[in-house]
Amino acid sequence: MKYIDEFRDGEVAQALAARIAADCETGRDYAFMEFCGGHTHAIARYGIAELLPPAIRMIHGPGCPVCVLPIGRIDQAIALALQHRAIVATYGDTMRVPASGSLSMMRAKARGADIRMVYSAADALALARANPGREVVFFAIGFETTTPPTALVVKQAAAEGLRNFSVLACHVLTPSAIAHMLESEEAKALGATPIEGFVGPAHVSIVIGSKPYEPFAAQHRKPVVISGFEPLDVMQSIWMLVRQVNEGRAEVENQFTRAVTREGNRAAQRAVAEVFELREAFEWRGLGEVAFSALRLKPEWARFDAEKRFDIGYRPVPDHKQCECGAILRGVKHPRDCKLFGTVCTPENPMGSCMVSSEGACAAHWTYGRFRDIPVVAEAA
Amino acid sequence: MKKVYLRPLDFRHGRVDMNHGAGGRAGAQLVDELFARAFDNPALRVGDDGAVVDLPPGHRLVMSTDGHVISPLVFPGGDIGCLAVHGTINDVAMMGALPFALSASFVLEEGFSLAELKRIVESMAAAARDAGVPIVTGDTKVVEKGKGDGVFIATTGLGALPKDRRIGGALARPGDALLLSGSIGDHGVAVLSQRESLGFEAGVKSDTAALHGLVAALLAAVPEGAVRTLRDPTRGGLATTLNEIARQAGVGMRLQEAAIPVHAEVEAACELLGLDPLYIANEGKLVAAVAPEHASAALAALRAHPLGREAACIGQVVDDAQHFVQLATRFGGQRIVDWLTGEPLPRIC
Repeated sequence: MKYIDEFRDGEVAQALAARIAADCETGRDYAFMEFCGGHTHAIARYGIAELLPPAIRMIHGPGCPVCVLPIGRIDQAIALALQHRAIVATYGDTMRVPASGSLSMMRAKARGADIRMVYSAADALALARANPGREVVFFAIGFETTTPPTALVVKQAAAEGLRNFSVLACHVLTPSAIAHMLESEEAKALGATPIEGFVGPAHVSIVIGSKPYEPFAAQHRKPVVISGFEPLDVMQSIWMLVRQVNEGRAEVENQFTRAVTREGNRAAQRAVAEVFELREAFEWRGLGEVAFSALRLKPEWARFDAEKRFDIGYRPVPDHKQCECGAILRGVKHPRDCKLFGTVCTPENPMGSCMVSSEGACAAHWTYGRFRDIPVVAEAA
Repeated sequence: MKKVYLRPLDFRHGRVDMNHGAGGRAGAQLVDELFARAFDNPALRVGDDGAVVDLPPGHRLVMSTDGHVISPLVFPGGDIGCLAVHGTINDVAMMGALPFALSASFVLEEGFSLAELKRIVESMAAAARDAGVPIVTGDTKVVEKGKGDGVFIATTGLGALPKDRRIGGALARPGDALLLSGSIGDHGVAVLSQRESLGFEAGVKSDTAALHGLVAALLAAVPEGAVRTLRDPTRGGLATTLNEIARQAGVGMRLQEAAIPVHAEVEAACELLGLDPLYIANEGKLVAAVAPEHASAALAALRAHPLGREAACIGQVVDDAQHFVQLATRFGGQRIVDWLTGEPLPRIC
């Protein structure tokens, strides 16, 4: 594929790997977190971990919108479809996430819930136009990348005077989650692996710019490199992080100069600011309540807010007691340290958030990397 | 006595109704004017409750069945009709058997257009004729509107397997070469591109085809026993098929990503939708585990056949107690190719 194969070139990768290895100072370990599930997926799918020197440890962060979606929110979406008989439009990968009462959206569908998989917010709006006699709710999840389209469809629905469309807003924010990660008790505890730098998601920064990370990098003295999603992008970003750490710098650097600017997309930011406001707190699956980490519709858009329009109270649902997702998401534990991993918790039957989507730390390790846990097999290579 | 006048079926504006499945004259008329006419062959012409077919001497009988439910019914490169013929022929052929008869059972939904049904049945008849495998018996049922998705077709195939031939998933051994007969993902992407909610122009055609000719060419090119396993990577794609074989045979596999043919359009569509071609369905491809000393002759035989021009050796069977299918990525890394979890769902970001 033109313009893509160039960023997946194996020979360039080998050369880059050699440079990273050469720049790693002897006797020093480097622990970096790739925040975003897209990066986790890229690292797993292309086998990037194999190419990195052993001194570098990549910690998979909580930036998978499906994984961090708390069970209580999925329960709400299912209630909208089953009890309130609304058409619920959702992005595909939320379909399988386990909810309360051994349900998931897919299983609710089998029980008669009208749940439609859509590829964009605009498709959800089209459903509302096509079904004027039914309530249509868009299950709006995701980070800053999917928020502007939700804002636009709400505005569009208002402009068209659509009375049957609303949004269950579960949009979450990247910078506040990264900050939360470093401030948690577990991360500060003695013996915990300190995260020395972050690989930041380029598509988020295309919207918000690189600027929102600056106060965080300065305050916590942690370098951030905004990175693209092709495997060479990720490797170059890791190299940039190694050099920042070696030189004692803690800056926000932009690897993805192809599209990311410091200011980001102002028009998208305006649309989001017009429709959404900060929630004081929001539950993240695996992390618990995180202050100012999510968005809800502003009061003037209340009639498009499914939480206001329908009687669906929010009830938090705890994960399995032995689930280590919280510690794994903060980089304190590895998936193989969890007793549930690969036994009762597998992608077919996920118990915790990290196993839910292929972007989650546990699912990625299960799907692409678990052969490394069995030395005999790895040596046969 | 005067012959009862029967108005011919209206294949332009007519629709399937409950009478067509009631076992009366309307049903008989649908069979006569559509199915019997399109599928016509000596065994079917007899018109009994079942067909009598001969099994060539020195052979055992192979039987395989497949239900076809696909949306949309017509897609670039094929439709549910030819798919129902190819799918079952291929399942029989993957046993190393020569398919020689098919049955077809239709479940029609009340209100389904007779014009579309005719088109599907004719495509099915053409596929059976081209493959040289007659549809010798069949059945039609009608369900009420809303209880079916237009038309469902179940086909069963019979094949003749030479008495001493052994081909199966459990027979793959460490050292065997893994041959793939061509590019992957074409069928799945062609179907996806037609789904109403997607509506993109992929320019990709389904690869749906009957593979018994290709199998015969392959088996003729190498000594008996050299081809250990044959399988068509349909639902779940190549990844799932290889995992099935690995589990059945108690082996592992090592694949080279760079060796697996994927058309640029398919790769682009998968990239866009967040799907992996390894998990996308094929309807005209086979994967074979072949004894290493005969691998190059087998590959040459596949490539010499029109349905195997893009055939490639994609990896080896290895010893592995964990039965892992591993892939050396084009990028230079290594990863597991696992079973498909649930339905392939596009990723959000």
